[in-house]
Amino acid sequence: MEHETIIGLEVHTQLLTRSKMFCRCSADYASAPPNSHVCPVCLGMPGVLPTINRKAIEYAVMTALALQCRIPEFTKFDRKNYPYPDLMKGYQISQYDAPIGVQGWMLTETAGEQRRVNIKRVHLEEDVAKLIHRTDSVGESYSLIDVNRAGVPLMEIVTEPDLRSPEEARQFLMKLRTILQYLGVSTGNMEEGSFRCDANVSIRPEGSADTLAKVEVKNMNSFKAVYRALEFEASRQRKVAAERGRLYQETRGWADDKGVTQPQRSKEYAQDYRYFPEPDLPPLTLSPAWVDELRASLPGLPEARRDQFASRYALPEYDARLLAGSKALADYFGECMKAYHGPAPEKRAKTVSNWLLGEFARWINAEGMEIHQSRVTPPQLVELVEMCEQNALTGPAAKAVFEEMFRTGHPPREIAARLGLTQISDLSAVEAAVKAAIAANAQAVVDFRAGKQQSLTFLVGQVMKATRGRANPGVVTEILRRELETG
Amino acid sequence: MDLHRLTIHEAADLLRRRETSSQELTRACLDRIAAVDPAVRAFVTVCADGALQQAGEADRRITNGEATPLTGIPAAIKDNMCTRGVRTTCSSRMLEGFVPPYNATVVQSLSDAGMVMLGKANMDEFAMGSSTEHSAFFPSRNPWDRARVPGGSSGGSCVAVAADEAIYSLGSDTGGSIRQPAGFCSVVGFKPTYGRVSRFGLVAFASSLDQIGPITKDVTDCALVMNAICGYDPGDSTSLNQPTPDYTRSLVPDLKGLRLGVPQEYAVAGMQPGVESAFKAAVRRLAELGAEIEWGAFLPHTRYALAAYYIIAPSEASANLARYDGVKYGFSAPEASSMWDALEKTKQAGFGAEVKRRIMLGTYALSAGYYDAYYLKAQKVRTLIRQEFDRAFARFDALITPTSPTVPFKIGEKMDDPVQMYLSDICTLPVNIAGIPAVSVPAGFVDGLPVGLQAIGKPLGEETLLRIAFAYEQSTDWHKRKTPL
Repeated sequence: MEHETIIGLEVHTQLLTRSKMFCRCSADYASAPPNSHVCPVCLGMPGVLPTINRKAIEYAVMTALALQCRIPEFTKFDRKNYPYPDLMKGYQISQYDAPIGVQGWMLTETAGEQRRVNIKRVHLEEDVAKLIHRTDSVGESYSLIDVNRAGVPLMEIVTEPDLRSPEEARQFLMKLRTILQYLGVSTGNMEEGSFRCDANVSIRPEGSADTLAKVEVKNMNSFKAVYRALEFEASRQRKVAAERGRLYQETRGWADDKGVTQPQRSKEYAQDYRYFPEPDLPPLTLSPAWVDELRASLPGLPEARRDQFASRYALPEYDARLLAGSKALADYFGECMKAYHGPAPEKRAKTVSNWLLGEFARWINAEGMEIHQSRVTPPQLVELVEMCEQNALTGPAAKAVFEEMFRTGHPPREIAARLGLTQISDLSAVEAAVKAAIAANAQAVVDFRAGKQQSLTFLVGQVMKATRGRANPGVVTEILRRELETG
Repeated sequence: MDLHRLTIHEAADLLRRRETSSQELTRACLDRIAAVDPAVRAFVTVCADGALQQAGEADRRITNGEATPLTGIPAAIKDNMCTRGVRTTCSSRMLEGFVPPYNATVVQSLSDAGMVMLGKANMDEFAMGSSTEHSAFFPSRNPWDRARVPGGSSGGSCVAVAADEAIYSLGSDTGGSIRQPAGFCSVVGFKPTYGRVSRFGLVAFASSLDQIGPITKDVTDCALVMNAICGYDPGDSTSLNQPTPDYTRSLVPDLKGLRLGVPQEYAVAGMQPGVESAFKAAVRRLAELGAEIEWGAFLPHTRYALAAYYIIAPSEASANLARYDGVKYGFSAPEASSMWDALEKTKQAGFGAEVKRRIMLGTYALSAGYYDAYYLKAQKVRTLIRQEFDRAFARFDALITPTSPTVPFKIGEKMDDPVQMYLSDICTLPVNIAGIPAVSVPAGFVDGLPVGLQAIGKPLGEETLLRIAFAYEQSTDWHKRKTPL
């Protein structure tokens, strides 16, 4: 029997607000010493009260809008009760039955096929403290608590079980992350834990509406891990089904090093969270006018940006989509084009795009860097492009200059001059190199005169090599042809 | 002169005229505490040094002409309000050694006004109780008859004022915890509208019901303390962003033009005849003062208030008390084999029986499968009760009831029967359920034991209540009677 895979995702993402969700402590704790960003409120001390971070509400509404959600006027916070040492109050302030956004959707594209993934809800809650488990010299285990993370705004985005393959889940997550980055609400960094994903995976006989047991998979710390974990889990379930075994509803953790999902012991006594409305926070009314204001001020999202690149610069669809697929790259491209007011902007755009998607992307990936870490600034890249346009650099020389720019952050003219890579504009120097090549390659000259065109290409290569790429290949070819035909 | 017997306004007059100093006044109170507190046990913690230091500062402020009506006046604070540098125990083993690094907003407001803090007042553990017998340390005793309870949970706060140990005090009221002991001790106790006074720094029992209020020797003092503690606090999202009037302007001695309703629903089974006759006499007095009185059935749903209260309050408490895990502050069980074992042992040994009972009640009421039948239904009852009060207040400026159906009961009398204990709040509970203000004023004695009169007002109707309480008080001398101590 054929089975299809059913996947639903639960994404938790920290919001880039300055302060925490319910107190004034800084939410930027990444490089802070343990327990330095804490106060009586986020420590859950007796008698203290939460106050809502307005910016967090704004970010959640923006996200919900970008995901085509309906924003109900009434929203409220609830207490989710469970005992655990990472939870300062013994309950987490979350949202239960009146989330910020409901009934949204997002399109995913996998192998050219577009599908709509429904978003169940977008809600806000507070992050919990970080536990660090240690073992002392006599083998006794103990745990340390760092409360810096406790109270950082956390947004939860829950999809309907609409995803049908691990690849689709991965595509969904990458696109979601891009949207969050475009909105400026989250770094979307999975490795650092500011963007986390749990998945519900089940299989069902093709054509059936009933899934077998739903398995929750946790502890996936990269996009690749999500893909591998879901691949593993779906095939594990298929195998159990094929062997007529029984599938259980359970929580499994992804063990990245072993490449398997393993049953996880539940960390709570029971799964009854005893939700009830948070009495310390009155319900919120999100006025439709305010929501409309936010809607109007949403920054361009990847699809809008892609269409803009395609129409304004006549970029091929392929280029436009790749550039828009990362906010940082799209911004970089935008910066490069901003200063350009010359003729044929579409030609310039294509050249810049070629550089960004070619050498630039290659070096960024090779070094494992983020785009914002690049030492090459947009004006420097533009300068390099202009040098090529003015024939001041040949193609190979430009690549060498770029490599040096990437390493040092120095401007291209300075590098070209230092490396002596500026194109040879002195015709007599090129002629001398051509004559030397003809003299040194008698056989090739004979072959060319016998009608063998490849010999010309060979000779051009010899001249380019001799001039270390600084000669203009077009000029070299022209002079070669003239010398060979008259000589 | 017995300085400790003064009211706020009497003491403030003497201070202003430099006929006494805050230090003298404070010493008189500390001497009184030393003399009588062993007999009544109002205080969990006495801050003699801190109080005298604050009195010295107050005297300087008075000399500089920067005094407020509360500057230099010694007060007691219920031990569930956080006081920076002074342990705040909630009369619980769980917080026996807890010293907050912050002040509750009310404590800060009073400090800014020049309060001298004598100490922290005993209470039922985490404010759960009606007799102060549920204090984990010791019960407080009623100064009118030390074999009897002072009421609760703000028992220590009321005893301190009734026994002239403190000039005034703060209490908190979740189901009657200011008014019932105020009635039992023959002092004035005011529970403001929910949100009128910031709850920031008040250790939470039931967040949607808790409200801080003053406990004073007379209604004038009540208005003075209200002026200092009422008002919006951005640190408490449930506090009301409304201007605070000058409450002393409500202190007028007649009730002409006021319509008062006497809901017969409060003629509950178990009302003592003495209390009933004292209450009827008080209502007659209100009529003599010019109020129009109407007797009738206005609040049929209030008989469900007790049931709703004992679902909502424990539910919220079950979450509010979850933070006491022995990890960050407070009591921590010393011998434990694991993290979970430590958590269980800490709660077992740190909480008293009544607290555990309420945590269990609340946990049960919120559990999956029971939520709709209990918590949700209780919230619906709450809405009905609110609407009923709204309708009543369309006709009346205030409602009048006894504060409690009985005079103070004997220590130990109700300890084995929680439901009987709960019933002693039957007249005060519906007020918290509806979030409205109410005041208890001394209304006489039955065989030497105090009776309280309760006036209930519409939301933000504090001024009307103060007027009623003041006019009534000025026509009697109940508030001038002193305990036998």
